[in-house]
Amino acid sequence: MTKTISLACGNGGEENNELISKVFYKAFKNEILEKSEDAAIIHGGALAFSTDSFTVSPLFFSGGDIGKLAVCGTCNDLAMMGAAPKYLTCSVIIEEGFELEQLEHIVASMKKELSINGAIVVSGDTKVVPRGSVDKIFINTTGIGEVLQKGISSNNITEEDVILLNRDIGCHGATIFATREGIEMSSSLQSDCTSLFPHVQALINANIKITAMRDATRGGVSAVLNEWAKQSNICIEVEEEKIPVSDEVKGICEMLGFEATALANEGTFLLALKKEDADAACEILRAFNPHAQMIGIVTNRHAKKVILKSAWGTSRFLETPTGELLPRIC
Amino acid sequence: MMGLELKNLYDDFRDADTIKAYAQIIKEDALKLPKPINIMEVCGGHTHTIMKYGILQLLPSNIKFIHGPGCPVCIMPKERIDHAYVLAEQKDVILVTLGDMIKVPGSKGSLQDARSKGADVRFVYSPMDCLKIARENPSSKVIFFAIGFETTTPMTAALLDNVIKNGIKNIYFHINHVTVPEAMSALLADEDNNKSTTSVVPAPSEAEAAHPRNKINAFLGPSHVSVITGSKIYEEFPRDFHMPVVVAGFEPVDVMQSISMIVKQFVEGRCELEVEYKRAVTYEGNLKAQELINKYFEKADKFRWRGLGDIPKSGLKLRDAFKEFDAEILYKNILPTQEINDHKLCICGDILRGKASPPECTIFGTACKPTSPIGSCMVSSEGACAAYYKYGNLV
Repeated sequence: MTKTISLACGNGGEENNELISKVFYKAFKNEILEKSEDAAIIHGGALAFSTDSFTVSPLFFSGGDIGKLAVCGTCNDLAMMGAAPKYLTCSVIIEEGFELEQLEHIVASMKKELSINGAIVVSGDTKVVPRGSVDKIFINTTGIGEVLQKGISSNNITEEDVILLNRDIGCHGATIFATREGIEMSSSLQSDCTSLFPHVQALINANIKITAMRDATRGGVSAVLNEWAKQSNICIEVEEEKIPVSDEVKGICEMLGFEATALANEGTFLLALKKEDADAACEILRAFNPHAQMIGIVTNRHAKKVILKSAWGTSRFLETPTGELLPRIC
Repeated sequence: MMGLELKNLYDDFRDADTIKAYAQIIKEDALKLPKPINIMEVCGGHTHTIMKYGILQLLPSNIKFIHGPGCPVCIMPKERIDHAYVLAEQKDVILVTLGDMIKVPGSKGSLQDARSKGADVRFVYSPMDCLKIARENPSSKVIFFAIGFETTTPMTAALLDNVIKNGIKNIYFHINHVTVPEAMSALLADEDNNKSTTSVVPAPSEAEAAHPRNKINAFLGPSHVSVITGSKIYEEFPRDFHMPVVVAGFEPVDVMQSISMIVKQFVEGRCELEVEYKRAVTYEGNLKAQELINKYFEKADKFRWRGLGDIPKSGLKLRDAFKEFDAEILYKNILPTQEINDHKLCICGDILRGKASPPECTIFGTACKPTSPIGSCMVSSEGACAAYYKYGNLV
């Protein structure tokens, strides 16, 4: 590892994983943490517990703002463990000079998103720092959820499972990037920032047994698939043409040299479940987004690897993204 | 009326049926090849396409690829990266460069390291972004660390043009622009590469082809270079070296079609310069861009390429009339001059010369990875090692 922290260390990909394992896991090592789930499962499996900080720039973007993101981010991590978000804390660090009107707008977004999740903020903290000590506003939220379906884990995927995706990918990353680079698209491109608990609730209510779920935030779909392949010691084979990517996102990727699979999302998740439940789960997810679909299978071809298969019969590895993908995406 | 959409520029050129059809044509034509052939794709962008779309998996065993040196980040020797590092360390300097350059390690570290230690290093998609940076930071000196082949040179020239016309006082240039044909000639002049110059189209023996190494039989020429320079820059290769050249686009259908064109040349006993990327390449190229380049740049005596060493007339420098903008002259006293060689286990040099393939390197994927690169070919998205590491080889 390098002696100073580079921006790549926060990319949600390879360098980020290295920093976490060599510094934080090393110091804080315990059984719960080492499971590397989206949220920790505590209290005999009854509760899910997770935290997330938000530094997105710009604060307001098409499809959301830092407030909506701050609630979605933590609630989605809880939902991905099959839990109903219940109680959140909200901690803000604000730069001197920040406009009250913008703060109120952000808090109103948080309130709206909390109600979608059925959660409430029960504790908070406010710090104001001198100009230049922070860029406008950073928010941290921590949440507790009540586990509705037990046993969901990224460590338990087997060859009996298939992989589903809930929608088209890369919208959040592409939106933030286009906004920052001043690319004006005559299109409807907007962040996918969404609370995923309603999706999860619908699946659980329909008695779908879920093996694993994970939202594809920093590092995108390729990071999640690779994490799963490693954690469950499996090979995931994905058909590239089945991964839905909108024309707008493809266009941004073409212009800037990105892979849609490495772009961040804020309302896109992968689901592993038994093959026989795949059709029923797809149907439920399609009520939220018509692009939901099964994208891959689990095999033993190359353990701990993700294989991407093309429509013309070739295949290649899909690696965990590396490098300075896009700082301050969330 | 239907407008031209962005997707029109690539959708058809990634069409599965077209790719499969070309694979079939190539397979049938390859049966008629008198001897196996090795094609060098000069440009790292093509290496990337070949690996990303699994094109090697579609080719019969008598057609092989040798990866070429056309990756501007890969061929940058360490001492020039140190130049960038030293410039970035200056208190009043904002160093601006393009994408992957910030990740390449020099002897002092990468620009990314310099930035994490407090240097102001920024990467841009367009050199024109320097204008905004210079305007917003009037008390800083903005140094554009210019890299790239003929494709990116016009943008650097356009920036300088803008700087002069608008009397901007705080933008300077460190020029590392290089040219493709000189590097191709250098590869062929390399003793191991040298072909007999008989009148017959040369092809290697079967034993040689089993170890393709550097036995180049044909070139895929980068189309984006030729959009600027025209296809004319490659005329000498079929004429003087008996080496077919096809100027190829970067989408998988482009590459498959270009391979098919090369195979047909061998089957039909032709040796020509052909253009596959007709949708943007002409014989003469973009004359306006060429004029702009000639106005501000001239050939430097030589450029030291990583792996290939000194190649005469292969680099550009600012003309004397514009030396007041040349950071290499202005900061001469602090810029290191000693040549620095690569790590002794790194075989980037052999890879860039087409003499080795990435998996042959003992530190490939072990000590040298994209997250902790030892050689530049592992850093750049156009580097051969990065392409092999990223996409694997599932043939």
